[in-house]
Amino acid sequence: MSDAVVRVRDLHYGFGSRAIFAGVDLEAHRGRVTAVMGPSGTGKTTLLRLITGQVAPASGSVEVFGQEVTRLDTAGIYALRKRMGMLFQNGALLTDLSVFENVAFPVREHARLPEPVLRQLVLTKLHAVGLRGAADLMPPELSGGMARRVALARAIVMDPELLIYDEPFVGLDPVSMGVVVRLIRALNDALGITSIVVSHDVRELASIAHHSYLLSGGKVVAHGTPAELDASPLPVVRQFMSGEADGPVPFHYPAPDYHADLLGGRPRT
Amino acid sequence: MIAETLSRVGRVGLFLVRVLRQAPAALARPRAVVHQVYNAGARSLVIIMLSGLFVGMVLGLQGFDLLQRFGSEDALGIAAALGLLKELGPVVTALLFAGRAGTSLTSEIGLMRATDQLTAMEIMAVDPLRKVVAPRFLGGVIAMPLLVAVFNVVGLFGAQLIGVQVMGVDPGAFWSQMQGAVELDDVNEGIVKSLCFGVACSLVAVYEGYHAAPTAEGVGLATTRTVVISSVLTLLIDYILTAAFLGR
Repeated sequence: MSDAVVRVRDLHYGFGSRAIFAGVDLEAHRGRVTAVMGPSGTGKTTLLRLITGQVAPASGSVEVFGQEVTRLDTAGIYALRKRMGMLFQNGALLTDLSVFENVAFPVREHARLPEPVLRQLVLTKLHAVGLRGAADLMPPELSGGMARRVALARAIVMDPELLIYDEPFVGLDPVSMGVVVRLIRALNDALGITSIVVSHDVRELASIAHHSYLLSGGKVVAHGTPAELDASPLPVVRQFMSGEADGPVPFHYPAPDYHADLLGGRPRT
Repeated sequence: MIAETLSRVGRVGLFLVRVLRQAPAALARPRAVVHQVYNAGARSLVIIMLSGLFVGMVLGLQGFDLLQRFGSEDALGIAAALGLLKELGPVVTALLFAGRAGTSLTSEIGLMRATDQLTAMEIMAVDPLRKVVAPRFLGGVIAMPLLVAVFNVVGLFGAQLIGVQVMGVDPGAFWSQMQGAVELDDVNEGIVKSLCFGVACSLVAVYEGYHAAPTAEGVGLATTRTVVISSVLTLLIDYILTAAFLGR
């Protein structure tokens, strides 16, 4: 397993007294699409923040490209991030820059390319996501799906070795979703990059992921190929894969007894 | 309460050090700084000029009313010039700056935080302190003395308009007494004050924006804090600097 680009070992993390992760182990291998699934609130996005060094774990190890992220200083983390790209849930485009300038932004910051070369590079990436014609639009003029694709072009413009997707399918219409799903796998295969996709869209992930992890209750409760997860007899996996409202993952957030709460007149803050 | 305030002052101080460390890199690409001078300065010109005119007119009226009781209305030029250069110019400009440019800086940076734009920059290995905060801070610091100068010129015009044109003070006396009495030190006091206010108001604005809670309410609260803290800080610094200059 020496080709692991990301290796997370015995990860513990929490907000105050609330534990988000209690011993998570996970690996993402070179050239593969690794899916991280789980119900809302299981800390999927937090896991990405830990991998990118935005927050530090309480204990455990997060290794990216063989480097322990928790031991890196700011310069080290920035050097590491130059080798990765990330697609945010809302695109996170810079709203005062055009689509072209958004994609050109990381290149202008990190490389001094002649303008014609930069233009060629940016248009190539925009063409790859089908938005070369939208180069002069401003972010507010884009639909959600288009913004996501521009953000994808920006994420790949520096030719990263690792691409991280945070809920890439949220809020997309079926056509845009189909486009994004195909793009993720196509970019992964064409550019030979390693991809980590965090989402709870089981069907979409099944069609592109090589390996999936299912998080629940602060731990990895199952992992394997999409087919293996589909065939898993574990109740928590069955509930998640088939989208049942109640099961090992309760429908209700922990609360006092319903009748006592209704009749007891407990004051609300 | 005191410990919390001290800890907050410490955090703002450390933030200032981090921003100043990024200042040379921000100045190396001056276009962004010039753009921010335009945003904070040129876009505040209308409110600064209008306010300067009215403050000057009031100064002309009140000054004339006071001085004529002692038969010294010819000294109106001195009173208006010293009042504007040393106090009203820097202070009123700083208060207006906090309300116009400061709120705009805070809400812009706060919204960039709320929409993950700052986080996206960090992930692209671009330090938002260098790319977003430092140019805005420097733009504010550079714009403030320029705005104060404009405020003073328009204010003097307003004082002259009322004092000389309306109330009938002799124009020769108005200008010559001003020329004779105003020292370079008086001008310097105004410049030092405007620079200090520029640093304080710009720092508060970018700090509050950068640390705003990433919600609509958080950005709103941060914007309010910018106005309140900048205004109080301006008046506090004004007192300290005035005492220091008078005590020389």
